[in-house]
Amino acid sequence: MTFLLRRALFYLITLWAAITANFLLPRLLPGDPVQAMITKLGGRLNSDAMASLYVLFGLDEKKSIWEQYVDYWGALLRGDLGLSFTFFPTPVADVLSQSLPWTLGLIGVTTIIAFLLGTLMGVYAGWKRGSWMDTLIPVTTFLSSIPYFWLGLIAISVFSVTFPLLPASGGYAAGLVPEWSGEFVGSVLEHAVLPGITIVVSSVAGWILGMRNMMVTVTAEDYVLVARAKGLSEKRIMFAYAARNAVLPSISGFALSLGFIVGGALLVEMVFSYPGLGYVLFQGIGAKDYPLMQGVFLVITLAVLVANLLADVGYLLLDPRTRREG
Amino acid sequence: MNEVALEAKGLVKTYKRVRAVQDVSLVLRRGRVTALVGESGSGKSTVAKLLARLVQPTEGEILLDGRKVRQVREYRRKVQMVFQDPFASLNPIHTIRYHLTRPLKIHKRPETPEELMERVQLPADFLSRYPHELSGGQRQRVAIARALAAHPEVLLADEPVSMLDVSIRLGVLNLLLDLKERLKLAVLYITHDIASARYFADETFVMYGGQIVEGGDSESVTQQPAHPYTQLLIESAPDPERSVVALDAPVEEVAAVSAGCQFAARCPKAQARCWTDAPPRSDVGDGHWAACWLYVETVGSAA
Amino acid sequence: MNFKTKLGLGILAFFTLIAVIGDWIAPYDPSAMSDDLLSPPSGAHWFGTTMTGQDIFSQVLVGTRGVMVVGLVCGVLATFLSILVGVTAGFLGGAADEALSALSNVFLVIPALPLIIIVASMLPSADTVLIAAVISLTAWAWGARVLRAQTLSLRRRDFVEAARASGERTWRIIVFEVLPNLMAVIASGFVGTVIFAVMLQITLSFVGVVSLSTWNWGTILFWAQSNQALGQGAWWWFVPAGLCIALLGTALALINFGIDEYANPRLRKVRA
Repeated sequence: MTFLLRRALFYLITLWAAITANFLLPRLLPGDPVQAMITKLGGRLNSDAMASLYVLFGLDEKKSIWEQYVDYWGALLRGDLGLSFTFFPTPVADVLSQSLPWTLGLIGVTTIIAFLLGTLMGVYAGWKRGSWMDTLIPVTTFLSSIPYFWLGLIAISVFSVTFPLLPASGGYAAGLVPEWSGEFVGSVLEHAVLPGITIVVSSVAGWILGMRNMMVTVTAEDYVLVARAKGLSEKRIMFAYAARNAVLPSISGFALSLGFIVGGALLVEMVFSYPGLGYVLFQGIGAKDYPLMQGVFLVITLAVLVANLLADVGYLLLDPRTRREG
Repeated sequence: MNEVALEAKGLVKTYKRVRAVQDVSLVLRRGRVTALVGESGSGKSTVAKLLARLVQPTEGEILLDGRKVRQVREYRRKVQMVFQDPFASLNPIHTIRYHLTRPLKIHKRPETPEELMERVQLPADFLSRYPHELSGGQRQRVAIARALAAHPEVLLADEPVSMLDVSIRLGVLNLLLDLKERLKLAVLYITHDIASARYFADETFVMYGGQIVEGGDSESVTQQPAHPYTQLLIESAPDPERSVVALDAPVEEVAAVSAGCQFAARCPKAQARCWTDAPPRSDVGDGHWAACWLYVETVGSAA
Repeated sequence: MNFKTKLGLGILAFFTLIAVIGDWIAPYDPSAMSDDLLSPPSGAHWFGTTMTGQDIFSQVLVGTRGVMVVGLVCGVLATFLSILVGVTAGFLGGAADEALSALSNVFLVIPALPLIIIVASMLPSADTVLIAAVISLTAWAWGARVLRAQTLSLRRRDFVEAARASGERTWRIIVFEVLPNLMAVIASGFVGTVIFAVMLQITLSFVGVVSLSTWNWGTILFWAQSNQALGQGAWWWFVPAGLCIALLGTALALINFGIDEYANPRLRKVRA
């Protein structure tokens, strides 16, 4: 348990750092873009909304930075992230709670698929080193060097424009109402195919390469040699001895690079106008909608931290050393 | 008696849970070799690191020429160390020349690297080579040359030949003996091989569980061992590999029995009080002593 | 050096050359409009033209410099930071190590892209060098982590102890004994950072938070996307820039494989 507690403490520190960065950024950087926005919106803001924007962006010059920080935390704990300018007058929290499930569904599922697929292919590529699997490496390197969003653009131009097989944008067909019906679910799945494949294709390469290199290193270890000498079957050695040990660094790498992967996946949402956080962020950028952008950042950070904690549990289950520590 | 170069008084080193060294005192004299014998985990390497001031003692003090030296660099000018593994103690990315030029420069010595090479009987054209191009024995000679560059009074040799092929061990040991004579070095020779201590050292101390359990001139310690542990060590000496396996005690286990004698758990002659009271040093003749209850009644306590 | 590494270095040299001479050899002013609106590749316009008749080939040539400059600046800055934090943490150990490791892990775990988007869009003028500096601040953590682990294993090696025992000062041990042994790791971290920085800069240009007054491959894609190049079938508008990015990224990754194989002989290809 000590292991998990320590990790949880670390995630709390990270969350605190992210929130504090969010608090400090608009106060440290020159210019008052939010003030300009408030002036522009003028009388359309009611006094409550105005007050929360003041708290969130430090426009109240009379208060000390410490008082502002306390107020800021107060607002966050109430779930008050201010009003979105883009979706005026919807509160940011509402916009986020509508788009979060889409992102969790798309990015969560595809990231796990990419990790499992890539790890499995990496195990084989590392085990069968020197075989045709090695030709996979330059190909996957090239694929991983392509920005996610560009691959998305290509996918759209090929599968939606040139050969109109799949929808290019949105989360479900226009005119449908979100409900638990076969038609709606089918439409959602259909719309998720292209962005999903894009994310899997561009992120799978990293896992293949990482896992392959770990397998190559582990294969030369004595315990693998001993397993061979004992006459165990190839398959058993590969999975129970080599892969079992090679996968551990891969999992910690998975946890740490989640923030990076999620960033790339958000771009895919932008390209496909997928109704998740990425697209919301994209719309926010265009309108200089700072409350919305900061809200997206906080929610994504929180999601990544929770995913990290889950990866830690997975690590714990696979690694007997950390288990004993508790 | 030769002049005292280095004196350690009551050294204690405690790591988080383990007492690696408990109350170790010893004296190194110029022109003499002192052997410290023990198995892995006995704390003998920690003693070397304490004396080299690579590790700070938890308690105790070290006197160099009778005084405490504050300045680390001044201390290092007079106390140098040779490490056990010549494959690890030379930086793979530097040439031999670099390894020898640095200490000469640090301690502002007038010699050239060529002279140092001659002193350890290596050809000067090795200077431009890299460590991996040399054999283990050659590397250890380079490590000795590096230690000599500072003109030390004291040379701490931590198992200097244990990683070398048996056939070249004697050559390196003889080189050390020869240097000791010519440069009047005080040498601390740390080893797990008690037979080599007899050949090489004037004086021998035996270490077990972080403590020195027996000491005296090498001849009597190796020929008439008093402490049961030393006796076991010598019995198993013809097959040094086996001795290490048979007697090797995990450090935690050793630390656990700290109330009485450290060796009580495996001692064939253990008595009831060995478990509860630490034995005092008893004289067994001619400056030869042992920390064991066996000698308290017969000879009388010398503590 | 094997073929893969040579190929990577060759491609990198090619793009470096373009970065230097791109401005001079570009056949057109990349921002100048013409009457050839949205025309496919031809002898006059090798990569075709944009909606307003700008020459895409010239945009790619001129835009190379911005990409390479950001890559280089970030690579240098972030590598410097990662050495500073990673080697210090690994060498000092103890509480300093705990604190510095936690710091790098915080930077690793926090999603960098949305954070940089916020910072970049809040900056009054997001020019190339400023963006490079901001990217560097988020890009050092991975290198620091790897360097810390390596330093930690080097620190207890006998040659470091031996250097101390012979009287070397701590800074000299770090700079002359430890760092040279880390060169492969540092080089691979540098290349990795350049990849990261190039991707991030192009991404930021693509989403439109970076000043559009200077050309880079990302700005080309930004204009292509905002003018619905896809819907109009103008593949030539976004394919060249994307391929350049992928080529550059592949080249850097190949170089990194070379470094990895040099540092870890087990990864070398088995000779049949």
